[in-house]
Amino acid sequence: MDRIALKIDNLESYYGPIMAIRGVSLEVREGQIVTILGSNGAGKTTLLKTISGVMMPAKGTIIFNSESIGGLEADKIVKKGLVHVPEGREIFPLLSVYENIILGAYTRTDKNKISVDLEMVYEYFPILQERAKQRAGTLSGGQQQMLAIARGLMSKPDLMLLDEPSLGLSPILVEEIFTILKRLNKEQNVTMLLVEQNARVALELANYGYVMEIGRIVMADKSEKLSQSKDIQEYYLGMSTAGERGQRRYKVRKTWR
Amino acid sequence: MDFIQLAISGLAQGCVYGLIALGFVLIYKATEGVNFAQGDFMMMGAFVTIWLTNAEYLGINFWLAVPIAILIMGILGYLLDMLIIRRMFGQPQIALVILTIALGFIIRFAAGAIWTHEPQLLETPFAGKEVRFLGFVLGFEEVAVIIVTLLLTLFLFLFFKKAKLGKAMQAASQNQLAAYYMGIPVKKIQSLVWALAGAVAAVAGILFASKGAVDPSTGLLGIKAFAAAVIGGFGSLPGALIGGLIIGIIEPFAAYALPAGYSQITPYLIMILVLIFRPAGLFSQMHSKKV
Repeated sequence: MDRIALKIDNLESYYGPIMAIRGVSLEVREGQIVTILGSNGAGKTTLLKTISGVMMPAKGTIIFNSESIGGLEADKIVKKGLVHVPEGREIFPLLSVYENIILGAYTRTDKNKISVDLEMVYEYFPILQERAKQRAGTLSGGQQQMLAIARGLMSKPDLMLLDEPSLGLSPILVEEIFTILKRLNKEQNVTMLLVEQNARVALELANYGYVMEIGRIVMADKSEKLSQSKDIQEYYLGMSTAGERGQRRYKVRKTWR
Repeated sequence: MDFIQLAISGLAQGCVYGLIALGFVLIYKATEGVNFAQGDFMMMGAFVTIWLTNAEYLGINFWLAVPIAILIMGILGYLLDMLIIRRMFGQPQIALVILTIALGFIIRFAAGAIWTHEPQLLETPFAGKEVRFLGFVLGFEEVAVIIVTLLLTLFLFLFFKKAKLGKAMQAASQNQLAAYYMGIPVKKIQSLVWALAGAVAAVAGILFASKGAVDPSTGLLGIKAFAAAVIGGFGSLPGALIGGLIIGIIEPFAAYALPAGYSQITPYLIMILVLIFRPAGLFSQMHSKKV
């Protein structure tokens, strides 16, 4: 539980002329689930894209398993055991469910182990085995999300970046998917960096959390502590602590401003 | 009797159109761009083979020259993408259209400068031979064209259905970003698609040149193949082949039945009719992305 899987230092990244990540530093330890909370446009997705090599960092270092991976191409990074399960599912709609899953193992050559992992993935997501021959585009939203996670697992990752797996899903499905994520973390020892807007489920699942606003990390603590923090409760968990005559939301200064 | 002869030679011509159309569709599916130089690729494939095997040039054995020519065209396709097309990434579609049209001109004039503008015939071991089949006398070349096209189509079908690389190509065309996330080297895959399109064009060129003379402007029949691809539905491989066959078969009959000159219009007339009544093409793979 103590070895550092991913360490990011002073990372900066641009969307064209716009600086989307403004010096982010964070750490993920092996076996942990770490979550990054933040509202729209905070830079969470950009951060994940920069880590997984889809976007190039402008400054800063990314160390994964004590190797620097900043600026490497995405396919090299996948080979090193870091996979990104993108936001909005992004499956291959015209290929079958089975073909989608197998493409997750594209960078691997150990055929025997791939079929073992396929069995493992089917165990976690039995519905995908049922639908194996179906075109992936015909799956429901929740099943597509499961497919995206299953496909990511097939690269046998040490670290999985999950971008909003709860996006557009009903609470029951969110519950189901998060339960599976927890099992994967415990049973398969997959370390996870989870980006979420659904702070409640994310903090329940994660050991540690970061809060991001406009490209910066503004808060970092153990999940239990974060869930007790007033700002988090008010702005991310939607609890209102003040009475009716309490202070107006817009007048309150968050602790980090 | 006449009818069968016309149909067979139309079928053989249609196969060539179909193969060029296949090249259009391959590149369109993988990169969402249209390579208007595909017809000129075909012409170049033909000339490279002629250069390798004809007695007045290098005079290599035909069966050796064919794979070498296919390989050369494949490598050219790969390099073209790697060195030129890839740099157009992010530019509007029209830029690629203009680029490939210009490329077609360059290939045409280069071919003219190297191999002259005289029509030339590919020397094949089976030139002039005939096949007797159920009382019909058929040119060996035409039968060979049809058989080779069928085999190539079967190969491509299996390649996309079974091979890992074929699946990766489909994946990269269906969702480029997701392919990146899965560690598929998308850029390399796209270059390989261009290589495949080049190789297919070479086969089309060899088949074309074995049954008739080619000159540098032969590549202009790429426009007809473009019509074939549109008729078939621009995203469908079998559609492209069938579109080519339709045009190939109708052409000789139109030439037979209509006054001189009018038969040239038929491929485009069919294309316009298809665009009016079935805008997505005959064999379109229509799908809407779920959001």
